[in-house]
Amino acid sequence: MTEPLLEIRDLIVEYPTRRGLVRAVDRVTLTIPRGKVVGLVGESGCGKSTMGMAVLRLLRPPGRIVGGEVVFEGRNLLELDEEAMRQLRGARISMIFQDPMTCLNPLQRISDHIVETIRTHEPEVSEDAARQRAAALIDRLGIAKDRLDDHPHQLSGGMRQRVMIGLALTLNADLIIADEPTTSLDVIVEAQFLDLLRELQKQFGLTILLITHNIGVVAELADQVAVMYAGELVELAEAGPLFARPLHPYTQGLLHSVPNIKLADDHLEVMKGSPPSLLDPPAGCKFHPRCPFVMERCKTEEPELREVEPGRWASCWLYP
Amino acid sequence: MQPTLELAGPTNLLARFLRGRKWYGAEWYMTVTGGLIVIVVLTLTVVSFLTPNLAPYDPEVRSGDPFTAPSAGHIFGTDQLGRDILSRIMYGAQIVLQVAALSATFSLVTGVPLGLMSGYVGGRLDRALSLVMDSIYSFPGLILAIALAALLGAGVLNIAIAIAVVYVPIFFRLVRGQVLSIKEQLYVEAARSLGAKGRTVLWQYIFPNVIPSIVVVFSLNIADAIITEAGLAFIGLGVDPSRPDWGYDIFRGRSELAGGRWWPVTFPGLAIALVALGFSMFGEGLSEILNPKLTES
Repeated sequence: MTEPLLEIRDLIVEYPTRRGLVRAVDRVTLTIPRGKVVGLVGESGCGKSTMGMAVLRLLRPPGRIVGGEVVFEGRNLLELDEEAMRQLRGARISMIFQDPMTCLNPLQRISDHIVETIRTHEPEVSEDAARQRAAALIDRLGIAKDRLDDHPHQLSGGMRQRVMIGLALTLNADLIIADEPTTSLDVIVEAQFLDLLRELQKQFGLTILLITHNIGVVAELADQVAVMYAGELVELAEAGPLFARPLHPYTQGLLHSVPNIKLADDHLEVMKGSPPSLLDPPAGCKFHPRCPFVMERCKTEEPELREVEPGRWASCWLYP
Repeated sequence: MQPTLELAGPTNLLARFLRGRKWYGAEWYMTVTGGLIVIVVLTLTVVSFLTPNLAPYDPEVRSGDPFTAPSAGHIFGTDQLGRDILSRIMYGAQIVLQVAALSATFSLVTGVPLGLMSGYVGGRLDRALSLVMDSIYSFPGLILAIALAALLGAGVLNIAIAIAVVYVPIFFRLVRGQVLSIKEQLYVEAARSLGAKGRTVLWQYIFPNVIPSIVVVFSLNIADAIITEAGLAFIGLGVDPSRPDWGYDIFRGRSELAGGRWWPVTFPGLAIALVALGFSMFGEGLSEILNPKLTES
């Protein structure tokens, strides 16, 4: 394994709510190696996006990080002051958001967005130089240079998403956190977007944390896959083996609920139930009320994430 | 399709302006009519201020018999001292517009920064400022203005301040509310994720998106301030009793109505209604065009 770029250790994020404390991320440990794409999958509301925002320390109040470490290139980000953190955002770690329609300031031109990002982090760069870089950047992303001074509403969704990637890449950030980057795109644009992302990833050796509920997107891009359920990591493996033979019943359920064109069997299984309320999670394994293989032990004891086979981690009593 | 804000050549701009008629219909006509009234009134006022001979007579000197009915010599008639009402209206506009513009500007420069701070910083500052503003807001506006005007005394500046205090909470609440909602927009979050400074976020991402609403409320506020100023003058809390003032003229003319002398009251009253209507039509129409979501201010 290559050297880790980002190590998340025992991260705990909590949201105090009127009805009690919600632990949205519960002791998650995840290592992201340099130059790799790590897919983080799970159903809506399982804490994926919260993890992404926690890494950048941009959780919306009242959400807060209660415990753990986020180590980026040897520095624990949770110990940095706000100014150091700000300088890191965009320059070293940046983010691509779900909805390209609303992620650009409607009153600023595309060029303003890029120039401002460059000059925020490199104040010594002149306006003109920054503009030239902006032009080169959008050209590389496949947007005609004469669209540089357009306002966001003049661009299509796919173009805006590309601008957003461009912004994330402007300063050659080492780590890109992509939070549901394709959710609001149609399939054609999604395919183009994934091609672009893959190409850029190869070209620049990007490290990407790909947060999505779309198994197909993960299968396209990810080297490693982490599966989250109810705030916890339940399975972690290289993409190939995981898709070939998922270990955790939750991962199996996720994969079975997606149509696969290569399988003759066109039977789709729908997972029963829905994710538990994090206000009052079930005792034992949090997945046990929905698990087809539930045993007595699962209802009382909570399994830990362990290496059950070389390179394969799962938290399930099926693999003692 | 939203209107674009790109800079265009003058002819292009005019074409766009005319095309707006098709996009917005009734609101466009409202804005343009209101805007025209405002422009005409402002121009007349400024011109009559710069060229004192534009008015047919000296507004403060007797120029005919008292209570001359509207005629060729005195289009709007004369008042109880034989002064020409048309000339008094033309000069009166100066005071009322000065007070209205000043007070709306005071409210704006106080209310907007406080609203920005309150909404953006949040926490205790927000709670304290909101409490103060809500207390002012809960007073009946005219009563508060009367109390302040009585306290501060006559003079353009004092009356403007008295009226401004009443309207500060309107700007404050508007801006604070908008900041709270814009703060949650994805593009603000995206800017933060790219390392934008707090200052940049506030001035380049939040503030410009509030401006359209501020413009609208400013215009409506002038309309309100005109009526409030006239109200203050009517009860004798005017800028200066010796200078022509619409509200004060109505006060002095009101007792003549019983005697069938309608013109000393009617024409200043129409002037107030027309100017207030112009500003509020302009503001309301603009509000429909710029910001369909802003229903109440």
